[in-house]
Amino acid sequence: MLAKKMKKNDIKRDPFIHLTRLPDPKARHYWFSKLISVVIALLICALITNAMAPGSFGDFFKYLGLGTFSSSLQTLRVFQDTAILLLIALALTPAFKMKFWNIGAEGQVLIGALGATIAMKFLAGTMPNALLIFVCLALSILFSIIWAVIPAIFKAFFNTNETLFTLMMNYLASGLVAYFVFVWVPNGSAVLGVINPNTHDGWLPKLFGQDYLINIITVVIITVLIFVYLKYSKHGYELTVVGESQNTARYVGINVKKTIIRTLILSGAVCGLVGFLLVNGTSHTLNADLVSGRGFTGILVAWLGHFNPFEMIFTAFLVAFVTLGGSYAGDIFRFGTAYSKVLIGIFFFVFIASEFFLRYKMNFSTEVQAFFKKIGDFFAKIFGPIGRFFKKIFTPVGRFFKKIFAPVGRFFKKLFKKKDSPKEEPVSKEE
Amino acid sequence: MFVAFIRNAIRFSTIFLFGSTGEIITEKSGHLNMGTPGIMCLGGIGAVLGERLYLLTIANDVDLINPFLCVLFPLIMTIIFGALGGLFFSFLTVTLRCNQNVVGLTLTTFGVGLNAFILARVPRGAGFTYASAYFYKLFPDTVVSSTGWFGEIFLGHGFLVYLAIILAIIATIVIKKTNVGLSLRSIGENPATADAAGLNVSKYRYLATMIGGAIAALGGLFYIMDYLGGSVEYTIDRYGWMAVALVIFSVWNPSFSIFGSLLFGALYIMPSFLDGLSFADKELIKLVPYAVTILVLVVTSLFNRKETQPPAALGLTYFREDR
Repeated sequence: MLAKKMKKNDIKRDPFIHLTRLPDPKARHYWFSKLISVVIALLICALITNAMAPGSFGDFFKYLGLGTFSSSLQTLRVFQDTAILLLIALALTPAFKMKFWNIGAEGQVLIGALGATIAMKFLAGTMPNALLIFVCLALSILFSIIWAVIPAIFKAFFNTNETLFTLMMNYLASGLVAYFVFVWVPNGSAVLGVINPNTHDGWLPKLFGQDYLINIITVVIITVLIFVYLKYSKHGYELTVVGESQNTARYVGINVKKTIIRTLILSGAVCGLVGFLLVNGTSHTLNADLVSGRGFTGILVAWLGHFNPFEMIFTAFLVAFVTLGGSYAGDIFRFGTAYSKVLIGIFFFVFIASEFFLRYKMNFSTEVQAFFKKIGDFFAKIFGPIGRFFKKIFTPVGRFFKKIFAPVGRFFKKLFKKKDSPKEEPVSKEE
Repeated sequence: MFVAFIRNAIRFSTIFLFGSTGEIITEKSGHLNMGTPGIMCLGGIGAVLGERLYLLTIANDVDLINPFLCVLFPLIMTIIFGALGGLFFSFLTVTLRCNQNVVGLTLTTFGVGLNAFILARVPRGAGFTYASAYFYKLFPDTVVSSTGWFGEIFLGHGFLVYLAIILAIIATIVIKKTNVGLSLRSIGENPATADAAGLNVSKYRYLATMIGGAIAALGGLFYIMDYLGGSVEYTIDRYGWMAVALVIFSVWNPSFSIFGSLLFGALYIMPSFLDGLSFADKELIKLVPYAVTILVLVVTSLFNRKETQPPAALGLTYFREDR
């Protein structure tokens, strides 16, 4: 059979496209491509909206803004959602950098929320509020660590597939939460209700009269801490090496098993913090749908942010913005709640595809190049004069902006200078 | 009671069987398609749109329904939608070389959203209920009732149930016994070696993912047109994840997954057949399939037998020029 195949391939043919990997893009190009992706994704979404409800092309953008920034409450909501998403993404980042595909954030957060709820429900009144909040935090972190470390141990010692393991742990967690809710509320309504509604025991205090502010501040601190941990600590270096090549790690004397387990403890601890913030700081109740898919969205946020905590702020904000704005627009157009999910899907697809054009260069065969040149010449004939006209106008404007923004650009360049972008996973060569 | 339980378990397990057969074919090529729940949702969309299309051609007149066409339209549309989902996945992972987990999860988000979004706007009417009658019956009533419990369990289903089992068996034979299957497996194990041996890695991965997607999508068709009897406002993503779990449970062998899906289905519907259980206990029973799947995953990795391992290159993107 193989011989037959070889014969077929013997006919030498210039492939249409030949791909070569590019070096890491410059920060300038990178952010420009992100901007373009946002614009393209927004345009696609607007066109689809227009197709469903004719004449709503402009309204789409209007409602997108109205749903997110028209009142201070909504603005706070956007930042709260950004904060939670970002924190989940941050929790996953160390594991992902190690190429440990932990897709179990959903379950790890949920089980942490269960821990916080247990403490809040049964220990309220037995201790001062500050201590109770601390116990909630400790218990949620403990639960999440257990949930994250079980797959890590099996991965470290028996090389069990962690993607599938953590996926299953999600469903165990959501089932366990459903079980406990039914145990506590045996009538079958599955609604636990707000815990300690009168005494507010275990609730995080309001900061400056705002509900979510404490969540947002926590996340800012954690972002910086994770950034430092990944970039400047020995642990961060070790887990990066393990991610690049386990053999190299072993060779330079890094204890791979220990690194895997330690990283997942960190991952679980941050997930537990998310569960704590969701229960004690936001909803004050528990149900199996508390995380509502954000554990999975967090994976995408982390990956699209290239595991750089500061970049992930941008992606998390974008997701929160589109979700809230999209669901607002969906309400107005009567598209239902699923509409924002479709928008998010489109956004992710455009972003994923844009990565390709940054990382790979397409070398076309001579025939294809000639074809493209023909098209290019044709367009040049038409658009040449227009282009020259615009160039005349905009060159001074451009020079002006360059003067203004060059210092800002330099500052950001410094910030992202040693951006360690993830490479595609290398095929393991252990055999 | 017991017969009804078995019968319902077989019926319910078909959703998982379609999903897991499709996913096994996909995973054998080295693609870890986390988008399977999304693709099953896409299949549901295809089914509803196809049926709607057919009902439009006969102007919604339920007396004019032709049994064959009324099944064929949604079937073809489902297959097209599923294959498109697979094509999309492969385009992003093979051609654009994106991370498979990321693309798969996005596909699931997108598919589930699109499912809820589109199916909420399809006008239904009585046509769907009439049409679904041709899905959940294959043998005439007289044959089924005259053979007693045997007929009830084995003959009282729609054609999709038998199709699922046949597809699973065919998939096993193709994967284990044919040259195509050998090539497919070798690509899933080590694409670089397969490429060196002259196999077209991209082509195999594209085709396997598209065929897998089409088969998984049939799960969506079955769920909406057969199991729910034509009511369309439900998404299937939860069952899609169980299908992904079933792939592990059946150690990448479609014929094992016939029994695996039966077990999963039985465990899933068991709570509604048992009296005197509290709501909490029912939740615990629903946990069992996931716990068993984890156990299987751990045990197979402990014993490290070659036959029961995941494909070695599962989830890895292949780029010829790496190293």
